[in-house]
Amino acid sequence: MKTVRLRRVYVWQMPVRIFHWINALCILVLGVTGYLISNPPVFLSNAEASNSFWFGTNRFIHFTTAYIFLSMLIMRLYWAFVGNKYASWRNFIPINKKFIQKIGGVLKHDILLLKTEEDVSIGHNALAGFSYFMFFLLTLIMIVTGFGLYADSSTWFLPKLFAWVPALFGGDYLVREIHHVTMWILVVFILIHLYLVFLHDQYEGRGETSAMISGYKFIEEEVIEKQKEERQIERIA
Amino acid sequence: MNSTSTKRPTYYEELRRKGYSRREFMQFCTMIAAYMGLEANGVAQVSEALMSHPRVPVIWLHFQECTCCSESFIRSSHPMVADIILDKISLDYTETLMAAAGHQAEAAMEKTMKDSYGEYVLCVEGSVPVYEDGAYCCIGGRSAVDILDEAAAGAKAVIGWGSCACNGCVQAASPNPTGATPIHKLIKGKPIIKVPGCPPIGEVMAGVLVHLVTFGRIPELDRIGRPKAFYSKRVHDSCYRRPFYDAGLFVESFDDENAKKGYCLYRVGCKGPTTYNACGIMRWNDGVSYPIQSGHGCIGCSEENFWDNGSFYTRVPNFPGFGIESNADKIGIAAAGLTAAGLTAHAVGTRLKRKKEHDKILEEGIDNANELN
Ligand code: SF4
Ligand code: SF4
Repeated sequence: MKTVRLRRVYVWQMPVRIFHWINALCILVLGVTGYLISNPPVFLSNAEASNSFWFGTNRFIHFTTAYIFLSMLIMRLYWAFVGNKYASWRNFIPINKKFIQKIGGVLKHDILLLKTEEDVSIGHNALAGFSYFMFFLLTLIMIVTGFGLYADSSTWFLPKLFAWVPALFGGDYLVREIHHVTMWILVVFILIHLYLVFLHDQYEGRGETSAMISGYKFIEEEVIEKQKEERQIERIA
Repeated sequence: MNSTSTKRPTYYEELRRKGYSRREFMQFCTMIAAYMGLEANGVAQVSEALMSHPRVPVIWLHFQECTCCSESFIRSSHPMVADIILDKISLDYTETLMAAAGHQAEAAMEKTMKDSYGEYVLCVEGSVPVYEDGAYCCIGGRSAVDILDEAAAGAKAVIGWGSCACNGCVQAASPNPTGATPIHKLIKGKPIIKVPGCPPIGEVMAGVLVHLVTFGRIPELDRIGRPKAFYSKRVHDSCYRRPFYDAGLFVESFDDENAKKGYCLYRVGCKGPTTYNACGIMRWNDGVSYPIQSGHGCIGCSEENFWDNGSFYTRVPNFPGFGIESNADKIGIAAAGLTAAGLTAHAVGTRLKRKKEHDKILEEGIDNANELN
């Protein structure tokens, strides 16, 4: 049996990995604290309000994490312009026909499981990249609605920048609803994301999961050679 | 006849004529200045203005409404409030309180509009139905749309009283059969002050009017058009139950132990956190109480769409079209469950369709492991 030679490729640079994990943690914390804000548990107790502040603390964690989340997002945006080719914004926004064709290709092969040729992508595949762009838009909704709701409780200019949001929607209520529902959309997205990561790891054996920790993926020699050739042709053309 | 505004008596003169003493007048000025959030020297400004300015003519129109705003206003804690603005002194036209009726009344309104063109304050109570050419609300043979158009043309400023005029209130709730429309969508090019609430607090209404009279201009408004002095805080931000909220001590049902202890009403649907109003500070009926103090959550009566913003007794958003029992969280959990099921199915499908690829990698791995044996 022929053994495949794998080559180590440094795909995810340090800032991308840091962003990914802090982001993941933020979303987890924001999701849980946010859910508690919308639906706090009730304790029957004799407590006096003066001894306890858990709900205030919960909200405090939510707001602080929101700030971390926002700064991480800004950092990642910056990195989309200065990072390596796998971190570039070009992986996420379908700007040309080729990108859209590639999305179709991935859809057919990975999702619909048709018998088409696998188009190996070393960074994000086209569909994944595009879905992260959608994810980015969803997080923007969260940030805009979240800080919009927060604006009136703050005196700092940054949240105040979002004070127009509730006014646009006629009041806080609708903004709160959008914030709440978008959280559920993110939950669904994350489920799919996790599933696909594990699926790719299983069926391709390129170290998809660990790559987000080490930064390396392991790519077949022939794939690398083929992609090099393609790049050569593109350059000449 | 050619009466001009300069001939009009001042507010103070009229009050003296009605038998109020100077002391009572000063008391009123002090109270209203405090409500308006003015500094101590604001009292002098208010009394100055009311003593020197001739009364501002007011036209007060009623459309689709229940008159709760008028009621709230004339019952505001200080009788002078009603006397000074309403009750013959300043009110040139209002269906509810004027003595005249029929043609006489219409003539009075016309006269004011003509004589004080560009000077009068137009108060609107109620929303305006626009479907069927406005046939759903006609007064004196004319549609509300028509009357509002005409009256707004010569107004110096327009005040929208209550949630009806500001955001349509119950008659604009889905499906809004009459096309009830808030006035800011119909009046263009005039300063509009929105004073929402169902009804607004009487003292707030008085404060807005006195501000207009005292300073001769409209009070500072927020982005939605509400006077900042009264609508810049959430009910939640001035709620005396707030410490219970922060402590996470909630009422679960209206008859439980927690309700007796006066815990926060958040979980039984209090809309205080999304409602901008002065209830927590001014309270109602001469500062006696307000809904939360009486054990019921805020229903958000001063917020746009408050009839359609889900149940008064829950906080999780409801979804129209998904049945009464569903809410955002239930739908969210169902969506997540469906996704998980779909992914499982996909995993099985992949296993069947991609068995060969998978086995190849597996075999290779096993072979390499065997070599090391
Ligand atoms: S009762 Fe309502 S307004 Fe008061 S603290 Fe609780 S949620 Fe806020
Ligand atoms: S407490 Fe809420 S519902 Fe009650 S009057 Fe005030 S704003 Fe309206």
